[in-house]
Amino acid sequence: MKYLILLWAGLARRKVRTTLTLLSVIVAFLLFGTLRSVVDAFNIGVEIAGADRLITSGKYSIIELLPISYLNRIESIEGVESITHQTWFGGTYKDPTNFFPRWPVDIDRHLTVFPELIVPPEVVQAFKRNRQAAIAGRDLAEQYGWKVGDRIPIIADIWPQARGGAWEFDLIGTFDTTLEGSPTLEFWMNYDYFDEARAFAQGLVGWFTVKVAKGTEAQDVARNIDAMFANSSNETKTSTEKQFTLSFAKQMGDIGLIMTGILAAVFFTIVLLTGNTMAQSIRERVPELAVLKTLGYTNGGVLALVIAESTLLTAVGGAIGLGLSTLLVTTMGDALASFVPGITNSVQNIALGFAVAVLLGLVVGFVPALRAMRLRIVDAMRG
Amino acid sequence: MNNNDKTLVKLDGLSKQYTRGKITVEVLDGLHLSVDRGDFLALMGPSGSGKSTLLNLIGGLDQPTSGSIEIAGQRVDNLSASELASWRATHIGFVFQFYNLLPVLTAHRNIELPLLLTHLSRKQRKQHVEAVLEIVGLADRAHHRPAELSGGEQQRVAIARAVVSDATLLVCDEPTGDLDRDTADEILELLGLLNRDHDKTVIMVTHDPKAAEHASHTLHLDKGTLVTGEELA
Repeated sequence: MKYLILLWAGLARRKVRTTLTLLSVIVAFLLFGTLRSVVDAFNIGVEIAGADRLITSGKYSIIELLPISYLNRIESIEGVESITHQTWFGGTYKDPTNFFPRWPVDIDRHLTVFPELIVPPEVVQAFKRNRQAAIAGRDLAEQYGWKVGDRIPIIADIWPQARGGAWEFDLIGTFDTTLEGSPTLEFWMNYDYFDEARAFAQGLVGWFTVKVAKGTEAQDVARNIDAMFANSSNETKTSTEKQFTLSFAKQMGDIGLIMTGILAAVFFTIVLLTGNTMAQSIRERVPELAVLKTLGYTNGGVLALVIAESTLLTAVGGAIGLGLSTLLVTTMGDALASFVPGITNSVQNIALGFAVAVLLGLVVGFVPALRAMRLRIVDAMRG
Repeated sequence: MNNNDKTLVKLDGLSKQYTRGKITVEVLDGLHLSVDRGDFLALMGPSGSGKSTLLNLIGGLDQPTSGSIEIAGQRVDNLSASELASWRATHIGFVFQFYNLLPVLTAHRNIELPLLLTHLSRKQRKQHVEAVLEIVGLADRAHHRPAELSGGEQQRVAIARAVVSDATLLVCDEPTGDLDRDTADEILELLGLLNRDHDKTVIMVTHDPKAAEHASHTLHLDKGTLVTGEELA
C-alpha cells in the first residue's frame, strides 16, 4: 500500500493523458460488459430450450412452410409423445420497435408440448370460445399496460387478412412460466382463426415442435421423421430445439462472432493506445526512474512499479466500465427485453472482464517496464 | 580487513574505461584515494576530467573497469546490481545539480521515498521526514510541490531526501550549479552543517572555486588522475 504514492506519482504526472487513456479503457469495458451480456442473452435462450423437444422444419430454410397434414403423420411415429405447430406471425403493434413474438397456436397441443407454460383453465376455455381471442405473456402485458378485455391491433406484414385491414385480437388472459429467468413475452392467437382469415397459404405452418417420449432416443425419432418426408415436395429437417433456436438467432448473423469481432477490434485499439501511453510516459520519466534506482530501488522493483502502474490504470478503467455496463444493462433491460429477453450482466461476465482488464495492464505494461528495468542510472542521468 | 576505522572511502588502482563504437576512452586511470570519516571533500577539475565518473563509482551507480572500492570497510565494486541497490539505500545519499525531485509529489512525499524501502511504519516515516525538514529549514514547506518551491528550496528538499535514511556518505554532483551565489552559499552552509553537526562525510564535485572553499580540503582531477596543488601551479 505504501507504494501507491509512487503509482499515483506516475499516473498523475500527465493528468489529461491519464484521464483520456482511462476513458478509453472505460469505454472498452463498457462495450465488453454490454456485448457479452447480449451474447449471453442469446445463449440463455438456447440453454432454457428443452432437450426433449425436436423441431421439424423445411429442409432448406426455416421460412419454407410445411403442410399441416404432416402433423398427424409425425404424431404416428413411434417415440413421439405429442406435437404442435408454430408459424411466425410477424406484424407490427403500433410501432415497428414494439417487437415481440406472435404465434397462432392450437392451445391444447401447445400447452401439452410446452408444459412449462401455465395458463389458467378458464382462460384456456375462453380462448377456445372466442376465435379472435389472444393470450399474452404476463411480462408482455405489463410492458404495454394491457388489461384483459383490451383490443390489440396488429398490422399485418407477412400475413395480410383476406378481407384486408389490421388484425384485431381480444386479450382474454395471460400466461406464466415455471422457468426461472425466462420472461413471458409472447403473444398467442387462435390458429384456426388465423388460417381461415389469412389471404393465402391456408393449411401451411412454419414448423412442428415434437415432444419426444421418455426413454426414446431423440436422434432416432428425428431420423424417422425426415425419412418419412424424404423425396416429397416438402422435405423436412428435424433438429433439437437448441439447434433450431441457434439457427433462428443466426438469421441476423452469427451474434457471437459479430460481438467477438467488435470486441477484438476494440481491445486491439486499446492495447495500442494504452501501450503507447505507457511507453511515452516511461520515456518522459527516465530521469525520475533513474533517481528511484539511485535511492535504492532495485531493477525488479522498478519493473514491478511500472507494471503495477499500467495494471492499476486498466483495472480501475475496467472496474468502472464493467460497473457502467451493469448499470446500462439493468436500466436498458426492459427496453431491450423485446429483442434480447433475459439480458443481464452476470457475475461470471464481470469476473471475466476484470481478469481481462488486469491481463491487459500486464501486457501493455510489460515492454515499458522491461525498458525501465534495464535503464542504466549513469546513462539516464546523463540524459 | 586492513582498512582502519578512520577511513570511510578507499579507492585502490581505480580505472574506468568507456567504449563508444571502436573507440575506448580512459576516464579514470589507476586512481588511489582515501577519504576519512567526517571529511568534506571537494573534487574539482575541467570538464571531462572524470569527476562525475569518480562520484558515480563511489556512490555505487557504476562499476569500475579495474581496481577496488571500499566504503566503510566493505568492497562494493563486486556487488551485484540488486546488492548495490540495497547498499545505496542504506549508505549513500545523493544530491544532484538539478534536484531530481518527483514533480507531482509534495516535499514531504519526495523526502519519504527512500524510507518506503524500509520497514518503518507510516508514523515513523513521518517523524523521520519531519525531523529532516526541520534540519533543512523547510518545516513550513512540507506540503508544497517542487514547482511551488524556489531552486534553493528544491535543493534543500533533495538534501533532506539524501539524509533521511541516515546515510553515512553524501555524494553531491554540482549541488550549486543551478543556483545564484547567495542561494548556493546557503546550500553549501547546509552541507557544512550536516558535515559538522550530523557527522556526514561529504564528497562534492564542483566547478566553482567559491563552493570548494566550504570544503575541508579540495582535490583536483585532470585526465583521469588526481593532481597535487604543485602540479596545478
